[in-house]
Amino acid sequence: MRIITLTAAVAASLALFAGASSAQVTDPLVVDGQTIVTSAPAPDFLDIDEVLSGWNFRTAETRALQTDDFENPAMIFVDQALDDWDTAEGTANKACADCHSGPEEFAGLRAELPRWNDDQGALFNMEAYINFCRTERMGADSLKLAKPRMDAMVALLSLQSRGDIINVAIDGPVADIWERGRELYYTRVGQLDMACANCHEDNYGNMIRADHLSQGQINGFPAYRLKNAKLNSTHGRFKGCMNNIRATPFAVGGEEFTALELYVASRGNGLAVEGPSVRN
Amino acid sequence: MKNSMLLAVCASVATFATVQAGEVAPADVAFDDYGAVEMSLTGVAGDAENGANVFKNRKLGNCLACHANSDMASQLFHGEVGPVLDGVSDRWSAAELRGILSNSGNTFDGTIMPAFYVNDGYVRPLEKFEGKSILTAQQVEDVLAYLQTLSE
Repeated sequence: MRIITLTAAVAASLALFAGASSAQVTDPLVVDGQTIVTSAPAPDFLDIDEVLSGWNFRTAETRALQTDDFENPAMIFVDQALDDWDTAEGTANKACADCHSGPEEFAGLRAELPRWNDDQGALFNMEAYINFCRTERMGADSLKLAKPRMDAMVALLSLQSRGDIINVAIDGPVADIWERGRELYYTRVGQLDMACANCHEDNYGNMIRADHLSQGQINGFPAYRLKNAKLNSTHGRFKGCMNNIRATPFAVGGEEFTALELYVASRGNGLAVEGPSVRN
Repeated sequence: MKNSMLLAVCASVATFATVQAGEVAPADVAFDDYGAVEMSLTGVAGDAENGANVFKNRKLGNCLACHANSDMASQLFHGEVGPVLDGVSDRWSAAELRGILSNSGNTFDGTIMPAFYVNDGYVRPLEKFEGKSILTAQQVEDVLAYLQTLSE
């Protein structure tokens, strides 16, 4: 595994810096002929050398599902979101399609999220943009966070940026929120008394019973998990992780998880958007 | 005879992870400067067989999540986060192991290993675990008895 990862890393960095083909990669992520970066030099603020997509930690069988959109179970939900895209709702009786040319209008957006929304004076993730549009422009109800309709729409919009390199800003108006996210990442919580960093920074690559610990990167979210056979949102996964260590989770969509999302997203700067990915 | 039967009944109705009469409460465990604990937490000899169950049970010790252990080769999936426990009793005394099981942070500063006999001071514990230790005092003694069977 280590060897595969290292080879992939070398090949990926060659591809990045020299524009070379990735013929050296033992097991690259290629979807529809597009090679997607799954490892990169770590951002300067990290003590680790390399950032690795969760892709690198999954079995060959799980990875295979992500290399073909007809095999990727997440695409069923993307199709559902496309139906939603055309469905008029709310007091304005408008669908997404009435104002937007198509989902592809949002190419590149996922790679920058969460980001500061100047008009609203707040940090916005994809869910926040979707619900802002619904409540303010469509006169419709918010979609419930970490629930199927929302996760599907996030998947549809994330897909438009697939392969784009994550480049989340951590300075300027978001600097304090990013710092708060970092603090949360290193704070031990719950009866098992663990921080994100204990597993995902200090022990990635190790097995924890049957699970191969990854870096906990979120570039692949929303992720279709074989474990629960549905799309999983970033905040939904944070919540699951906190429950696992017997900690009371923060609120989905709340200030803490949004700060943590910003920080964890920035730890993946240099990786590519994979959403919607397939994980175990 | 009657007394020992009464004791047995008491032990069998002992609820999970709450401190029983005659046990050392988590806050009262006496660690030495190196994190070892000389005195038994219960005064009752540990049961190695039950200790093995606690060791592998995912809802109890779940020690296999992080530690490989050849003695349990029949169990699937041994973790790699902590050291392999083969021959662990050759390397650590009973007092040292009791201390590591109870609160390993006293022996290994900053370790990822949870404290199995601490019931206070956690940040945001789930309500159902509030005020409780992961294991009972007797479960700690039982796991200790099991670890003492691991020698090479």
